[in-house]
Amino acid sequence: MAKTLAQEFTKGLWEEIPPFRLVLGLCPTLAVTKSVENGLGMGIATTFVLVFSNLLISILRDVIPAKIRIACFIIIIATFVTMVELLMQAFAYPLYLQLGIFIPLIVVNCIVLGRAEAFASKNNPVYSVADGLGIGLGFTLSLGTLGAVREVLGEGTFYGMQVFGSSFEPFTFMVEAPGAFVCLGLLLCMMNLAGSR
Amino acid sequence: MREMIKMVIVLTLLSCCSGGLLAAVQSNTQERIDNQVLKFVQGPAIEEIMVGADNNPIRDRFTIDIEDTEKDFFVGVYDGKPNVVAFETKAGGYSGDVGIMVAVNVETGKIQGISATKHTETPGVGARVEDDEDFKNQFNGLPIGAEPQVEKDGGDIMPMSGATITSQAVCKAVQRAGDVYEKVESTIKDKISTFSG
Repeated sequence: MAKTLAQEFTKGLWEEIPPFRLVLGLCPTLAVTKSVENGLGMGIATTFVLVFSNLLISILRDVIPAKIRIACFIIIIATFVTMVELLMQAFAYPLYLQLGIFIPLIVVNCIVLGRAEAFASKNNPVYSVADGLGIGLGFTLSLGTLGAVREVLGEGTFYGMQVFGSSFEPFTFMVEAPGAFVCLGLLLCMMNLAGSR
Repeated sequence: MREMIKMVIVLTLLSCCSGGLLAAVQSNTQERIDNQVLKFVQGPAIEEIMVGADNNPIRDRFTIDIEDTEKDFFVGVYDGKPNVVAFETKAGGYSGDVGIMVAVNVETGKIQGISATKHTETPGVGARVEDDEDFKNQFNGLPIGAEPQVEKDGGDIMPMSGATITSQAVCKAVQRAGDVYEKVESTIKDKISTFSG
């Protein structure tokens, strides 16, 4: 790995941005991006888990036996996810009510396990934190963007604030599940167009 | 063999650390979480039936042990006198328990109002218990021990149309509230007298 620390961080923001480039973690992506707030909340929770699980797994990478590494990764990830769940209940209860079951489901989010297996278990802690932070922020950015597009079109609001006049007829298709697929596809298409230039 | 022992030790240690860490986070956030639940789940229900109280009924509460479980009682101060208590009871509805918050005036022994807390009733049918004021207002002013029943069961309560089972559950919950009140009336009056408006 000849990449610099800054490159490890920034790759998560464009080159390998989930879920567009790294098409993983689609379950929360499709389910919670009904609004900007939910998207960002989910992104931040995932970032927290990514950074700390990457850090710990990287520190312990020589201690963890190869045969049971997945079990060990899951214990570490699950610990941080439960912590996020408790903290969210204590400090952001309305958001917790919105995200509900998708918070505990971060445990099985492919992005988190993917970074643990593909990156943190092979690199030093500093690089692993940079990687986790980059990928996490990229994920937050993507969920926020998706949430923004869906909320503006589907509800006519942005972060709960009215964007259009009262004559605007919300495009409710966008806040339902199929709308998430369509929106994700269109954004992916635009990113590929921009990237191919 | 050595490898096997190492695997067992690593997994055991990891699990122990994880358990310990989570127990610490849990015990430190428990109180905040309880308060958040009170504020966002029971809070709106209490505010609905304690309109015009001079104090904050969610903050001014006490607990009484009833058959080994602690029950929260919320105190409402009106005209400088703490004479209303609200508490929650549950009864099985169409799908799962329906939680009902009942406010009782301790001086007159009459119901001041009821509201729904937690339920999983069918949206648009039983879930109307949340905002069907005409239905809920039928309970206002009834003596707490009146054992209300829907018309079908020989009582005077008009059920919500199409939601007889939910309406029966509400009646049942109010009957249970009557039982609870009867059992601990003197304790409630003792505790309430220590509150000053």
